[in-house]
Amino acid sequence: MLTLLGVAVVVVGFLIRLNPLLVIVAAVFVTGWAAGLDPVAIIKAFGHAYNENRYVSGVWVVLPVIGLLERYGLQERARILIGRVHVATVGRLLLVYFIARQLLSAVGLTSVAGQAQTVRPLVAPMAEAAAEKRFGPLPEKTRWTIRAHAAAADNISLFFGEDIFIAVGSILLITASLRSSGVNVQPFDLSLWAIPTAILALLVHGVRLMLLDRRLARELKTQTPPAPEAAE
Amino acid sequence: MITLQYFYFLAGALFAAFAVLSIGDGSNRKRLGNTAFWALLAVSFLGGSYIGDFANGLIVLALVVLGGFGLLGIGKPATTSPGERAESAKRRGNAIFLPALIIPAVAVLGTLYLKSFHVGGVPLVDGKQVTLISLALGAVLALLAAMIWLRPPAFAPLQEGRRIVDTIGWAAILPQMLAALGAIFFLAHVGDAVREIATRWIPLDLPLAAVCAYCIGMALFTIIMGNAFAAFPVMTAAIGLPLIVHKFGGNPAIMGAIGMLSGFCGTLMTPMAANFNIVPAALLELPDRNAVIKAQIPTAIPLLLANTVLMYFLVFRF
Repeated sequence: MLTLLGVAVVVVGFLIRLNPLLVIVAAVFVTGWAAGLDPVAIIKAFGHAYNENRYVSGVWVVLPVIGLLERYGLQERARILIGRVHVATVGRLLLVYFIARQLLSAVGLTSVAGQAQTVRPLVAPMAEAAAEKRFGPLPEKTRWTIRAHAAAADNISLFFGEDIFIAVGSILLITASLRSSGVNVQPFDLSLWAIPTAILALLVHGVRLMLLDRRLARELKTQTPPAPEAAE
Repeated sequence: MITLQYFYFLAGALFAAFAVLSIGDGSNRKRLGNTAFWALLAVSFLGGSYIGDFANGLIVLALVVLGGFGLLGIGKPATTSPGERAESAKRRGNAIFLPALIIPAVAVLGTLYLKSFHVGGVPLVDGKQVTLISLALGAVLALLAAMIWLRPPAFAPLQEGRRIVDTIGWAAILPQMLAALGAIFFLAHVGDAVREIATRWIPLDLPLAAVCAYCIGMALFTIIMGNAFAAFPVMTAAIGLPLIVHKFGGNPAIMGAIGMLSGFCGTLMTPMAANFNIVPAALLELPDRNAVIKAQIPTAIPLLLANTVLMYFLVFRF
């Protein structure tokens, strides 16, 4: 039971908004202590675990080329492109991205898109442009809301698409951990039964994106009274 | 054979460049902090496989001190003005998207085909790591194409990379830190303790109660651990298999599939899943660290309820 103290450290640390890095180290030492390790053994165990997980930080190798393209107007071009699509709204744009990302993930193409590869350089600027086209210059808070929704659309479509693909990590984990308890399931059955939730995710989030459009229209119309023609 | 080690060398070299370029950035009062941070990360990536667990542990602690106590600043590398960008975007047209599309294209093709290439009977690429290696390859090829086409100053890609990475700051290592914390939890058998509590305190003598406890438990445990993969084996061994499958005769495939997806609902709601929730907030320069989570919760909760209902109606029927 003592080992749960580390979990408590994490929960409390995040709740009182301490710096997460400090919270993690505190949790590591508390957990290690509760498990009967001495400080040197804890540092060794954590150093080992950190080193084994380096691949997690490897995604940053895409930053130089994304930064370079931004230098030459990638985000601005994304805005121009969306500005030309007259039916584009924030919600519709993100819904199209959501569906595309979900379908790609469902056939195993999860690394095609992502927060660093597509959301920052393309999807977020496009979504902002779609709102600007309709409502003119955006207040900062609205800009932030739209960006957060761009990131959310990427996460949700990924999570509830990838499990339809047979060879994805979570499917392998489910089969492996059930097999170790003597229960055999077929990966194909798992991906089949991921489909109902995938459809529900699309429905729930689709409705929310349409509501986002209505909310933006309501908020921004009241903020910037008439004179929409002048924006041309 | 190309293994993950090459990928680490590439990333290590990049972090080393960030460290060197940070020294000369007079606009950043805390530039020495940035230099130290990226240099330590470079050592970890370049030498981590050789220096032993204790040295790696000390590097992590030093990184945490630098990142945790606000010793990192935000550098301002020379870049183009908004006006220049708008002009460039107009002049270059949609071709500017092409280098960006090289990354996913190579990542996909590499994942699908690189595995089957052999040189002298040895596979060219380590099959288990093919996606990450393909992603890095895509980034390098895209950069080469962009360099040839745009002819920027030689250090521009590194400086532009530093411009973005400085806005992310210490959060750049948060996902890796959390993954390591998960490993420590595993080592200390935290999961077993959770199982004991779950089975001792929750009355689970009805199918509906078992399904609710399993789905909601998956989400809650994922919120704590930041990772549905960590929650799944624990909750499944504690509630899923003994009750839903063995006692009430549920279908294990349906239980596993929907159980995992209930965990994903938890992933959407937790700062512990930093690479999905906290890092994007930094990448998109949002002042509220939890802005992405707040945008996701109204989808995550209805979906969790839907999953619970779905499992209840499907798992005992098929």
